[in-house]
Amino acid sequence: MLSQFCVLLVPSTSYAVRAENLLARAGIEAKLIPVPRKFSSNCGTCLRIAREDLERALEVLKKGKLEPEAVHDL
Amino acid sequence: MIYFDNAATSWPKPPCVGEAMMRFMQEAGVNPGRGSYHLAIEAGRTVYRAREAVARLVNASNPLRVVFTANVTEALNLALRGLLRPGQHVVTSGIEHNAVMRPLRALEREGVSITVVPCSPTGLLDPADVRAALRPETALVALNHASNVIGTITPIAEVGAIAHEHGIPFLVDTAQTAGVVPLDMAAMQIDLLAFTGHKALLGPMGTGGLVLAEGFDEARLEPLIRGGTGSNSEWEEQPSFLPDKYESGTPNAVGLAGLEASVHWVLARGVETIRAHEQVLTALLLDGLAEIPGVIVYGPRDPAQQVATVSWNIAGMDPGEVGLRLEEEYGILCRVGLHCSPAAHRTIGTFPTGTVRFGLGAMNTQEEVLEAIKAVYALAKEARC
Repeated sequence: MLSQFCVLLVPSTSYAVRAENLLARAGIEAKLIPVPRKFSSNCGTCLRIAREDLERALEVLKKGKLEPEAVHDL
Repeated sequence: MIYFDNAATSWPKPPCVGEAMMRFMQEAGVNPGRGSYHLAIEAGRTVYRAREAVARLVNASNPLRVVFTANVTEALNLALRGLLRPGQHVVTSGIEHNAVMRPLRALEREGVSITVVPCSPTGLLDPADVRAALRPETALVALNHASNVIGTITPIAEVGAIAHEHGIPFLVDTAQTAGVVPLDMAAMQIDLLAFTGHKALLGPMGTGGLVLAEGFDEARLEPLIRGGTGSNSEWEEQPSFLPDKYESGTPNAVGLAGLEASVHWVLARGVETIRAHEQVLTALLLDGLAEIPGVIVYGPRDPAQQVATVSWNIAGMDPGEVGLRLEEEYGILCRVGLHCSPAAHRTIGTFPTGTVRFGLGAMNTQEEVLEAIKAVYALAKEARC
């Protein structure tokens, strides 16, 4: 079964908040959550979005010069 | 009581500033950018919104290039010390504050050479003199946007064009202008803009920062301090991305909550509207002082060429005595002396005695200015007797 959500890893909380704002402006809902340990040893925050929004979200972030460091299915 | 020391710290602040700080302390006063629980994220959002507000104010496109520091002095230290290396050359002016001159004199001892371009006796810088001072090894042009002593506004855009023509980064100290003179980093070709929150931005003390232009390569700028950032925690090396590269340790989030509110207040009122108000006050003050025999006014004496900071003296009277009597007899609070800027006082010929400085602000009124003129008149009359 395909997972419903995916996470976008970003370098810092500042990036996460900026990405959240850019996505919200494009009508894409993102939740800021702790980075799941299996994806990184980092203590940071990442964005969780619906799988179906991924393509559009990446486009928005690319335009905002804010491409995520990695994308993982949750 | 009349408060005329806005050039040092603006006061009072719009009520929304204190309210925002209280709200932050009571509702989300936790560490921003460290945990990922909802309050920490809310605190992080507050700090981010402050970045957005500042970016809007200076026309910077990316809020992540707004680096927060404790004040403009720290921002200037970061820029000067982070950029300049022994053997390099820096061009600055004759109206700089010690926040620029002291770090530069320290760097001079380490092998950086300095050219201080003289200004006219009214504090005006000729951009052609900056061009003439450039050398092949010039690595930075660092200028005060407006004198904190006499208010003279520097022709920033003209110098920005010259610096960029030669591929030299341009650092501007906007301590006296952010919030009261329109700022546009792109149009003025500013690479590094140092600002403070507690003057014309009407925010709390302990806030300020350095805004890096989109085209400025941060690889050339070393951090002033290093430490925990809440990011890249698996590495013992400082992150290379903004703003974390330059922001180590827990920030003044409560202050930044206040700064966000104050910058929004300034933007809603309009920088140009505030400037127009201060020009009316400045004109009134300059006209009044000009009519008092025995009063010497320094600087351009033209509201179009200066911010609302006016330095003056009463002939034959010590500025310290004038300041004390203004407070004790008339309830006027102002600042006398050298205002941390021996360079500017040398330029206008008042070193080491200093001047009396009236630093007017957005909250001052015409009635207050008229009352102050009457007080100066009375003191000057006494001095003549």
